[in-house]
Amino acid sequence: MLNLQPKHLFLLDPLSLFFLVVIFIVSLPSLIYSFSYLKGEYSAAKIMLAQVLLLAFVLSMALVVSVSNCLVFIIFWEIMSLVSYFLVVFDTKHAKSIQAGLVYIVMTHIGTAFIIAAFMILRNYAHSFDFFTIKNACQVLPLQTKNIVFLLFLIGFGTKAGIVPLHIWLPYAHPQAPSHISSIMSGVMIKTAIYGIIRFVMFILGVNSSWWGVLVLILAVISCLVGVIYALMEHDIKRLLAYHSVENIGIILLGVGLAMFFTSLNLPYLAVFSLIAGLYHLINHAIFKGLLFLCAGSVYKATGTRDIEKLGGLIKKMPQTAVYFLLGAMAISALPPLNGFVSEWLTLQAFFLGAFNLIGGSRLFLGICAAMLALTSGLAAACFVKAFGVTFLAQARSHYAQNAKEAALSMRIGMLILAVLIVIFGLAAGLIIKLLAKVSGSALGIDISRMSFSLNNFTLTPQIAKNIYLSTPSLALWLILFGIAGFAIYRIFGRGKSVIYKTWDCGYYRLDSRNEYTATAFSKPFRIAFSFFLMPYRKTQKIRESFYHVKSFTYETHTTKVFKKYIYDPALAIVFKAAKSMRRIQPGSIHLYLGYIFITLLLLIIFMGQF
Amino acid sequence: MMAILQIIFFIVSAPLLSGLITKIKNNLRMRKGQSVFQPYYNLAKLFSKDEVIPEAASWIFRVTPFVVLSSTLAAAMLIPVFIFAAAGCHIGDFLALVFIFALGRFFLALSALDTASSFGGMGASREMFISSLVEPALCMVIFAVSLQFGSTDISAFSGRHAITISSVVAALALFLVTIAETSRIPVDNQETHLELTMVHEAMVLEYSGRPLALIEMASYIKQMIFFFLIAQIIFPIGLPAVNITQILPWVLWYLARLGVIAVIVALVEVTVAKMRLFRVADFLGFAFVLGVIASVCAILGV
Repeated sequence: MLNLQPKHLFLLDPLSLFFLVVIFIVSLPSLIYSFSYLKGEYSAAKIMLAQVLLLAFVLSMALVVSVSNCLVFIIFWEIMSLVSYFLVVFDTKHAKSIQAGLVYIVMTHIGTAFIIAAFMILRNYAHSFDFFTIKNACQVLPLQTKNIVFLLFLIGFGTKAGIVPLHIWLPYAHPQAPSHISSIMSGVMIKTAIYGIIRFVMFILGVNSSWWGVLVLILAVISCLVGVIYALMEHDIKRLLAYHSVENIGIILLGVGLAMFFTSLNLPYLAVFSLIAGLYHLINHAIFKGLLFLCAGSVYKATGTRDIEKLGGLIKKMPQTAVYFLLGAMAISALPPLNGFVSEWLTLQAFFLGAFNLIGGSRLFLGICAAMLALTSGLAAACFVKAFGVTFLAQARSHYAQNAKEAALSMRIGMLILAVLIVIFGLAAGLIIKLLAKVSGSALGIDISRMSFSLNNFTLTPQIAKNIYLSTPSLALWLILFGIAGFAIYRIFGRGKSVIYKTWDCGYYRLDSRNEYTATAFSKPFRIAFSFFLMPYRKTQKIRESFYHVKSFTYETHTTKVFKKYIYDPALAIVFKAAKSMRRIQPGSIHLYLGYIFITLLLLIIFMGQF
Repeated sequence: MMAILQIIFFIVSAPLLSGLITKIKNNLRMRKGQSVFQPYYNLAKLFSKDEVIPEAASWIFRVTPFVVLSSTLAAAMLIPVFIFAAAGCHIGDFLALVFIFALGRFFLALSALDTASSFGGMGASREMFISSLVEPALCMVIFAVSLQFGSTDISAFSGRHAITISSVVAALALFLVTIAETSRIPVDNQETHLELTMVHEAMVLEYSGRPLALIEMASYIKQMIFFFLIAQIIFPIGLPAVNITQILPWVLWYLARLGVIAVIVALVEVTVAKMRLFRVADFLGFAFVLGVIASVCAILGV
C-alpha cells in the first residue's frame, strides 16, 4: 500500500521547486544571522541545540513541500510543527514562552486534526495516499464530499497560515521565538500552509464551485483588515510584525482565492494571472518579513527591549540596521519601486481584470475587495511609519535606546542579503512574472504556452485588457533622475546657508524626548475610528495623599481582543468545564479502574460479535 | 524631449493654479487679495533663505524633500499631457499613480517624526490616518472609471466623448478625495498654523528655505495632477496626435478645464467650515460610497 521508493515519494514539479526556493531564500540569511545573534545570549550547548533544531526545522519544511504522499506529508508536517514548538519555547526562562508554546501547539494540532480528517476521507475514495492516485479519484468525487474536504483543508491549513479567526497563536508564538526563527516562522513556515491549500485544494481536489473562491476571498479580506488594525495598536515590535503576517497572508490568499474563483468560472488566463499575483506576494512577503524580523532581532539584541515606546533615535546608533528596516518597511507598505509594490499592484490588477471580463453584479464584489486591499495597504503604510518612526527616528526615549550599538557582522550580512533581494524582486519583476507563470500554470494544470505574461503590456491571447503597463526599472530610473535633478537645483540655485539648530519648542524650554509623539498617540486616530471593532477601554488609578492632593496617577489604555474574548475564552471555559466533570469518573480507586477495563473489554467483545 | 517638456510644463504651471485658487477665494471674501503669481514669489523667496535643520533629525529629514519632489514628478510622468502611452513611455497606470504618491507621503510622515517635535508627530499621525481612508475611495473611483474604459490606463480614459452618470459620480468622489489629498478645507487648512487644525502644515513645520520650496512645489504639482484626473473623467476629450501644433491648443483647453475646477474648489473652501478630524472618516466614507455608486452605474452601463 505504501510504496516507499523515492521515485514515488518525491514530487519536484514547479510548485514544489518554487516553495523550496522560498524556504531557502529566507533560511540561509537567517542561518548566517544566527551566528552572531545567538552568541552571548545563550550557553554553547544551547547554541548547538538551536542550530540543530534550525536545521531540522528547515529540512522538515523542505520535505513537506516536496513529498508526494499524504501519509509522509503529515509526518513531516508534524515534525515541522513540533520542532518549531521547541524553538518557540527556546527561551525557557520566560514564562511567556511556555504559554506561547502552549497556545501554538494546541492550535497547530487542531489544524492537523482537520487535515488528517480530510486525508482520511480522500483515502476512503482513492484507496491510496499517493497524490496522483487521489487526484484521479477526485475527478469522480461527489460534490458534497468535495465541499466537506475543502472546508476541512481550509480550516486545517488556515490554522497554520493564521487566517482570521484562527490567527490567535501567531502574535503569541512568533515574537517569543529567537528572532531568526521568527523570521523563518513568519516568512516561511506559514507559507507551507498556503502550499497545502494550493496543492490539495487547487491541484488535487480541483475547484468547481465558485463559492470556494468567494469564501476564501471574504476570509482573506477579513484577515487583511483585522491583521493590520491589530498591528496598528501594537507596541511590541515583534508582535506588530506577527500581526502583519496575518495581514499579508490575507493578501496572498486574495490572489489564491481569485485564482479559485476564476478557475471555477472557467477563465484560465485570469486564474493563472491571479495565482501569479498570489505567489509573487508570497515570496515577497517571505523576503521582507524575514528581513523585518531580523532587524527587530538586532534592535532587541542591542537594546534589550521590544517595546517601541522605549526606543527612538536608533538610526544614529544603528545606521545599517535602520536602512535595512526602512527598506523592509517600504516594501511591506507597497511603495514603488520595491517588491511589495509589484505584487500588490498585480493583485489589484487581477481584481480589475476579473471585473473587466465578467458580467453582472459579481464585478462589484471584486471592486469592493480591491478597495479593501487598498485600505489595507494604506493602513500598513501608516503602521510602518509608526514602527520605523518611533523606533529609529528622533531622540532616544530611554536608556535602553541610548546605549544601543550596531549589530554584529554576520547579522548585518544576513540582513543585507534580504535587503538586496527586496530591490531585485522589485526591479526584475518582468522576469519573475514569466517564471511564476510556469509555476502557476502547472499548479492549476493549465497550459500556458499560448499565454504571454509581461509586465510592460498585458497582451494575452484572447485580449483581456488594453494597454496596462508597469515598468519598475523605468519608474526607479525616473525617481532617481528626478531626485538628482532636485538635488542639483537645490545646490545650484540656493544662496542660503544651512544651519543646525533646536527644534521649534514654542519658545518655552528645551524639548526632550518626552515631548516626542509616542506610538500610542500616533495610533490614536485609528483607535477612535475603529473603536467599534477594537473596543478600547481605559484603566485609571489615582493614589491620593488626601482628597485634594493626588500623589500619583496611572493611566492605561487597552483594546479588547474580540476573538480571544468572544470565541477562544468561552471555548476554553467549556473545555475546562468538561474536563472537570470528567474528573468525577477518576476518583483514584484502583478497583474502579479495573472495573472500567473489564467493562470496556466486554463492550469490545459485544461490538466485535455485532459486526 | 516630450518628457522634459511635460515636466517643465508641470513645474511652470502648477503654482499658478494655487495662486488662482487663493485669488478667487480672496475675491469671494470681498478682498483684493494677492497676485495670482504670489506662489512664484514665495518659491523665489524661499530659495534665497537660510535653512534650519533640527538637531534631532537624521538623514531622513534631509532626503525627504528630494524623495517627495521626485515621486511627485514621477507621478506627473504618468499623466497624458505631452507624453502619451502610445509614444512609448511605459511607466505605469492609474493604480501605480496611487502607490507613487504613497512613496512621497511615507517619507514626509517619517521626516515629521524625525524632528522630535510633537507637532510633526501629530501631523504625521493625522496625515497617515486621512490617507489610509482615502485609499479605498480612490480605488473605488479608479474601479468605476476603468470599468467604463476597460483599462486602468490613464490615456485610455480619454477615448470616450459622452458623459455618463457613472463618470459624473466618479468625478464627484474623486473631487472629495482631491480635497483630502491636497489638504484643503473641510479636511485640512493650508492657511493656518494652529495645532488643532493643521495636518499637512504640521508635518512640514520644521522645513525652511530651499527644502520647503521643493516640498511646496511638489504639493502644487500633486494638486495639478489630481485636478487633471477629475477633468479627464468628467470632461473626457480625445488625445491629439503626437504633434506639437496639435498639442498646444489641446493643452490650453486642458488648462481651461483646470481653471473651472479651481473655481469650484475655491467656492467650496469659502463656503464650508473645517471638519473635526474624526468627521473626516465620514467624509471619506461618503466618497467611498459615491465610488461604489459610480461602479454600480458603470456595471449598469449608464
